[in-house]
This record gives sequence, C-alpha cells and structure tokens, in this order.
Amino acid sequence: MADISIRDVRKVYGKDEVIHGVNLAIHNGEFIVILGPSGCGKSTLLRMIAGLEDISGGEIAIAGTVVNDLEPRERGCAMVFQNYALYPHMTVGGNIGYALKVAGVKRAERDAKVRAVARSVGLEEFIDRKPGQLSGGQRQRVAMARAIIREPKVFLFDEPLSNLDAKLRVQMRHEIRRIHNRIGATSVFVTHDQHEGMTLADRMVIMNKGTIDQVGTPEEVYNRPATTYVAGFIGSPAMNFLSGEVRAGESAVALADGSRIALTPAAARAFDGRLVQIGLRPEALALCAPGEGALRARFDFYEEMGSDGLHHLMVEDVPLSVLSAHKQRMPEGQEVGVTVPPEVVHLFDVESGQRLEAGPGAVATIKRMEHAE
Amino acid sequence: MTQAELPLATSEILPAPRRRTRRRRPGLVENTPWMNLATHAILISGLLLLLGPIYLVFAAATQTVQEVNQIPPNLSISSHFWENISEAWFSRDFQSKFINSAIVASGVVIGKIVIACITAFGIVFFDHRLRMPIFWLVFITLMLPLEVRIVPTYAVAANALSPFQAILDWTGVSWLINAVSGVELALEWNMLNTYTGLIMPLIATATGTFLYRQFFLTIPDELVEAAKMDGAGPLRFLRDVLVPLSATNMAALATIMFVSGWNQFLWPLLIITDPAHEVVAVELRSLIPNANTTGGGIPKWNVAMAASLLVMLPPIVVVVAMQRWFVRGLISTEK
Repeated sequence: MADISIRDVRKVYGKDEVIHGVNLAIHNGEFIVILGPSGCGKSTLLRMIAGLEDISGGEIAIAGTVVNDLEPRERGCAMVFQNYALYPHMTVGGNIGYALKVAGVKRAERDAKVRAVARSVGLEEFIDRKPGQLSGGQRQRVAMARAIIREPKVFLFDEPLSNLDAKLRVQMRHEIRRIHNRIGATSVFVTHDQHEGMTLADRMVIMNKGTIDQVGTPEEVYNRPATTYVAGFIGSPAMNFLSGEVRAGESAVALADGSRIALTPAAARAFDGRLVQIGLRPEALALCAPGEGALRARFDFYEEMGSDGLHHLMVEDVPLSVLSAHKQRMPEGQEVGVTVPPEVVHLFDVESGQRLEAGPGAVATIKRMEHAE
Repeated sequence: MTQAELPLATSEILPAPRRRTRRRRPGLVENTPWMNLATHAILISGLLLLLGPIYLVFAAATQTVQEVNQIPPNLSISSHFWENISEAWFSRDFQSKFINSAIVASGVVIGKIVIACITAFGIVFFDHRLRMPIFWLVFITLMLPLEVRIVPTYAVAANALSPFQAILDWTGVSWLINAVSGVELALEWNMLNTYTGLIMPLIATATGTFLYRQFFLTIPDELVEAAKMDGAGPLRFLRDVLVPLSATNMAALATIMFVSGWNQFLWPLLIITDPAHEVVAVELRSLIPNANTTGGGIPKWNVAMAASLLVMLPPIVVVVAMQRWFVRGLISTEK
C-alpha cells in the first residue's frame, strides 16, 4: 500500500511532447480513475507509473521512493491489461502463479496461494484450463488474480473492461470495486468510459491533450466542471453550450437572439460585461409552452431513453437537448419554450474555457441524476 | 436442481469447452466438370512425376543383377528385395555411417534452431539501432549458400583460428609476443575430419531466423509487458514464454533442417577423408557402379538402389512423424 506522487511529469516521443508536465498526488488506498478520450495521454501516464515507458521529465514516487530508474518488477505495481495478456500456453493456475515462480517461491507454497487467489475470484474449478478455453469475463478474472497474487502496493488497470460486452462490463466493474475494498491497495484505473469512471472512482482525473483539466470526486466533477472540456465530457447526454454576454443590470446573460437567461445576482455582478459560454445540463432543463421560459426553440426530434425522453431542439442554429421524464413528442419545427432555473447555469470564459464562479454558493449544486447505462 | 445447488450467478454455468471443429474454407472452388478434369490431370501428372523415379528405384531394388541389367529395361517388381537390402547393408559399413549421419543431422537441427531462435529474439525484442541492418545482413546470406562460399569455408574449417592469426600478424601483436617471450604464435583449430567441422558451417540459417522473426512479430506487446510486470527478465521470457509458444515453429524448422542436414553431400565429401567420420550420402556414392567399383564386372544397380532406399528412410520417417506439427508450424494460425 502506498501513495503515488507525480511531479511535473513529461513524456516526449521524438519531438512531440504528449504529456506536458502533469502533477498529481494519489493517496494511500485511493481508487483513482484517469478519464479521457483516446490520445489524451492517460495510458502513457499509467505506463510511466508501471515502468513500461521511460519518464522524459519530472519524477514519479511510489511510497516515497522515486521510481524513475527502477525496473517494473522493482516498483511493486501489478497491472491488468486491456487484452488480458495471458500466457496462452500456461494453465490458469500457471498464469496466476507465474510471478511467484519467477520470484522463486517454492512449489507447494505457490500452489496453495494460487488456489486461494483463484477461489477468491471464483476461478477454482478452471485452474487447469488454458486461457483459450475461457470466456472473456473469466480471462479478465485470471488477469486480475495474476495481479492480486503479487500483493502489490499499487494496482494499475489499463482499460481492462473495454473488451467485454456491456452487461459483463457492469458485473466486472462491481467485482473490481469489491476487490479494491477488500485489499485496500492504491488503484489507478484508466478508461475512456465516463460511467466506469463515475461509478468506480474515489477521485477522478480528467485528462485532455496531455494535461490534467480537473481532479475531483465524481460529484465535484459533475457538479462543478472546471473547464468546458470537462463539462462536455462528463454527463450523459452531454451538456448544452450557448454563448452570450453577462448583464449585471438585468441579472442575466444576453444571447444573440435577444433572449435572456437569468443568473444568480452574485454571478451576474461578478462577471458583468464578460463574454461567456453557458453550460446547461439536459436534465436540468424543462420544456414549457412557446413564449414562456427563458429560451425559444424549435422542436427537432425525440429520443426514447426508457425512464426519460430526450428532446432535441434547435435554438436558432444551435442544438439544445432537454431530458425529462415528462415525455412530449411534437412535430418537427414546432415552437417550444425552455425554462432555465438560474442555479443550474454553468458559466465558462469564452477564451480560456475556464469555469467562472463567484464565490461559494454562486452556482448551487444540482442534484446528480443517474441514468440508465 | 434444487435451490441449494444453483450457482449464485448464472454466468458461472458454462458448457464444457467443445473441441473446435475446423470450418471449411469457402470460395475459390470452381466446380465445373472441365475444370475438375483439368485440375485432376495436373495433379495426377505431378504425382506421377514425383513417384515415378521412386518406383524405378524400388523396382530395381527388387531385381537380380541379370534382371536389372536387361535391355530393354525391365520395369516389373521382382522378388529379391530383402537379399539386395541385406547385401547393401553388409557390403559397406553402413551402420556406423548411419550413426554419423544421424549425429550430423541432429547437430545441424539443434544448432540451427538455437541460432535462429536467439538471433530472431535479438532482432525482434531489443530496440537498438542496429537491428534492421543486422536483420538484412542475416537475410542476404540467403544468397550465399555453402556451395557459393565453399573455398573460404574450407579454409576456415582447416584452421578456424586463421582469421585471428591474420589479424594478430597484421597488427604486429604476433611479432610483439615473439619479441617479448620468444614464443612463435601459431593459432590452430583444425576441424577437418570432425563432427564439428561437418556441423558448424551449416548451422547459420537465414531461413530459420526469418521464420522465427515472423513468429515473434505476432507476439502481442502486452504479453511482453505482462512478463515484465511479472518480473521475468529477457532470458526468462524467452525460456518460459517464447520457446513453448514456438514449439510448432520449431518442429517445422527441425523437419526441414533434418532433411537438408541428412542429404548434405558436397561438404562432407570435401572435408572428410577419414572413413570413420564418413556420412551415408557420401558412402552411397561408393555403391554406384562405375569402372572403379565394378572392376569391369556387371554393375550391381540393384544393390545400389536398395542402398538408396535405406538412405532415404530416416528423412521419410522424420517427415511423416512431424507432418502434423510441420504444417501447423508453417501456417501458424492456431495459438
């Protein structure tokens, strides 16, 4: 068990810098999820922790020891790979016990340990099978058992669930969380799936083009996204964005089409005259009669989501979606109004994309809503 | 099934893995009568072309000296097969020659596999600037078989240390040693008339290296990384993962190389003068009738052919025994 400290870490391939000086402190026993689209550098960062990639600049310390120049096996990390990476010619037991065999653990002791770990992940009866005879979920479990048996200080997961089907993915997600709770080792989990991130993480790290945009609990990240990038990435369906100018006198943002979106007085005063991006979560909006509400829109199309309906609208030529349990199907092009409560408006600077927040309580947290996956 | 017997989650219940049945490859088969006729005609003529000479050898091996020397030639099978075989076997010291050939062929096989495996391992898994130049250097030796470089190879076999001697002489080190200690430096390692001399020049193999390289390239990076995380160093990875995974490859390579090692003729002919180290392929030549061996008598082609059959036997046994692995190793789809 150990904390991990990442200090000004860079990664350079030839002339391209793919990670630009990242700082991150991971606490002992924490479950950290690094989230981002493909190519944002999240896997590279994980592989640098594991020792599979050289660290071009800065340093990484595990349990207080700088590991930059240590071999992977000396770092006390275990890794679960996306494609399982099981040894195809070894049995399940052989796969799980290989690290111990390399370490020179005696056969009897090794067998007992392999059996115990296999039992703990429900693989005991498959111990003599080859990986080729297992299903995807079982192979993933072998990969996990292989990591567990080493009793590592740090668990690293590199998109371990992306090769599984949706149902199994949820099941394995629960299993990973359960194992983490039981073992209590520090875990770093890389994924591009925000549901995995939200549900697994103690804290999330949102990466964007080689930098960290935000670090926070899933709730913080959802309720108070630090940048437009995070705001657009987290939340499903994705956040709507409109742009306008803050008017303190009207306590509102003026949009190009002449409509006004009300702000809390504190926020309006703090950013008077600023050009802003307004972020509106689809689940925080509601439809109303045309002419009423803050926004005028035309109906575009409707998507059924089961418990809710997703209403796709157009404000002038900007798309806007409204998620509501009050399902309304309308003909295309029909006029409709949208109500926007002032406390659900997220403000971002137009140029930097940074969140604008006027002191505590200026933007009230809204209730986080769960959606069917 | 009662409630107590039911597993907690239904996903735990899995059917026992079924043996994978090989699916027939679709397409590419044109089933018209003319096409069938033509393809079969080609197939059968190819078969006759291959089997015809073997039949002639076998037929001759069953005949008496009179029958085999008839004009026009007699192509029928006669009844003196075992007599001819035993005459062939006992007229020469074939037993020790077979042992020699087996030693040489096995040595060549083992040497080639080890060299090919290690070379390919170095080329594929170690990221250094010279790996492509080295690969191409190995690869172009395909254009330099033993027959092409036979004179320099003979010179090296006569004294394997002569290149070093040349370097020492040229740099003046020999002179220096002579001046200081009075010892005349003369390095010598003669490999003529030895098994080492028969085997060593044959074990460098571009084909084998290439085969191994292609196989190693199919090993996913994640497997290499998993081994690293498990704490296995490069040699451990080679031994525990690559060697077991390349078993079918190894079998394919061994089969080809055994046959080629067994059939070596020119090299042993050149470097072996001591009968104790002679191999069967060369020994067989002494049974082929010519003015020297018959001494003007009737040429014993029947015995020569019987001996040919004997010499052919071990490679055939190896190929038949290894055939299944051989094919799998070359197509290498199953993993």
